[in-house]
Amino acid sequence: MTGTAFLFRNRIVPILLFALLALVPAYAAFTDDRFILLFVTRILVLAIAAVSLDFILGIGAMVSFGHAAYLGLGAYAVGILADSDIWAAWISFPVAILISGLFALVTGAISLRTRGVYFIMITLAFGQMAYFTATSLSAYGGDDGLTLWSRSEFFDTGLFSDDTSFYYLVFGVLLAVTLLLKQIAGSRFGRVLKGAKQSEARLHAIGIDPYRYRLAAYVIAGMIAGLAGALMANQSEFVSPAYMSWQRSGEILVMVILGGLGSLHGAILGAVAYLSMEEVLSGYTEHWRLIFGPLLILVVLYGKGGLLGLIKGGDKS
Amino acid sequence: MTAPALQLKNLNKAYGALQVTKDLSLEVFPGEIHAVIGPNGAGKTTLIGQIAGNVQSDSGKVFFAGRDVTALPVARRAQLGLGRSFQITAILPEFSVLENVALGVQAHHGHSFHFFKPAATDESLNSKARAILDTVNLSHRTDARAGNLSHGEKRVLELAIALAGEPKLLLLDEPMAGTGPEETRNLVEVLKSLKASIPMLLVEHDMDAVFQLADRISVLVYGGIVATGTPDEIRNDAKVREAYLGEDETA
Repeated sequence: MTGTAFLFRNRIVPILLFALLALVPAYAAFTDDRFILLFVTRILVLAIAAVSLDFILGIGAMVSFGHAAYLGLGAYAVGILADSDIWAAWISFPVAILISGLFALVTGAISLRTRGVYFIMITLAFGQMAYFTATSLSAYGGDDGLTLWSRSEFFDTGLFSDDTSFYYLVFGVLLAVTLLLKQIAGSRFGRVLKGAKQSEARLHAIGIDPYRYRLAAYVIAGMIAGLAGALMANQSEFVSPAYMSWQRSGEILVMVILGGLGSLHGAILGAVAYLSMEEVLSGYTEHWRLIFGPLLILVVLYGKGGLLGLIKGGDKS
Repeated sequence: MTAPALQLKNLNKAYGALQVTKDLSLEVFPGEIHAVIGPNGAGKTTLIGQIAGNVQSDSGKVFFAGRDVTALPVARRAQLGLGRSFQITAILPEFSVLENVALGVQAHHGHSFHFFKPAATDESLNSKARAILDTVNLSHRTDARAGNLSHGEKRVLELAIALAGEPKLLLLDEPMAGTGPEETRNLVEVLKSLKASIPMLLVEHDMDAVFQLADRISVLVYGGIVATGTPDEIRNDAKVREAYLGEDETA
């Protein structure tokens, strides 16, 4: 299992990826380019959501088509609290995470009774419910959303308000989340998830009902995506129902699949690639999806296993 | 007489008008291999399902480990010590051979809500898994990806996974199906060495293996047992020869 390609995919790529991302603020300062800093911050926020989706999709084989709902829940938690003049991150972030976890627990308990395409549809349905609930929150801007006058506060530090320190905050969260989920993926818990993906009948026959484990994973992923949502509200200083749209859920799915399922850092690669391509291509034409679509198909067809899969070999033993 | 490890009492199962299990009763006693044979369509796989718990019986009871398990789901029965192999191989193909067995050990260790300690290097799981692979003579393939095993090796792995749960009874659904002569010999030897400690209910088409292994044989025809007895009694039973063995003898 430790061919060079394997080593490259699973050790060198993530280290290189995080090293490059750590240098972005320095690059931005050097070239005096504030845009690149804000842009990569946004990428990292969505990468956190993508990594959490890869955890349930790539490792647990749960194709959730409603993952954007958690981004929205986390963002609205920050937005609504700010609207009531509560800016403290140590209040709003735990609230964002808890609400997302609760939503994941309730919807997951129901969704996980279904399989395959039905699971996709039911998670989509719950996502749409969250979306339409948000559009009807007229006190908080309804369709138009809610503008935040400032970012969250973390005691008297400028952690959120300063762009560079906010970048490192998001970067740190992404790194911590990735390491945490990798650790879980390798634990007994993670082994049950991976096993259930391969043969549910076998798991039952050895005395494990995968349902509770899947539900726990689903809640963990929901909480992390909620955390990403809270960061996103701060990143854009704006909260709107669009955060929860099914198109956004689809985008996160595409990032995960584009990067390569199940490795977790592949999802980060996918987020970087997806959003960069969107940025570059949309600079040339508003019909950038016409170019992006075929590119995506090519990666999925030829890099079976996404961008990471383009690094061949090392799978067999 | 000692209490049976497994007792089936008047089991029935019908799919629509088709009665697949008919008022079926049998016991498996400690220390014995009880084989169930019968022509295709006799209802053997349904019977296995009723015992394992994936098929709900219409009526009748399943007693296992001294208690009524008729209403329990598959995973609960497995936790009580009901180990099984599947007719159609159900291993975890992406895992290594060791991981397959280690997951079985892990399942037997209680719940798996352990989030941080790496499972792959957990010696409390791996050492027992290695010992089991030794028992079934598969240790030379410990690190192979399970999906890359030969068919016969997969059948042995099935058995190893079932053994990982320290079963009080093994439910073997055609363990020799599709294995070569060498592999069949290995499986027969392994099962023989295990039967003193683990009673087994064996459903099998390979008559040589059945007659080598079984202490008692029940013959299943159209969902009902037409005869139960020692291998010799079964071999000489006129009804059985007519229903089943006859084809073999003339072939």
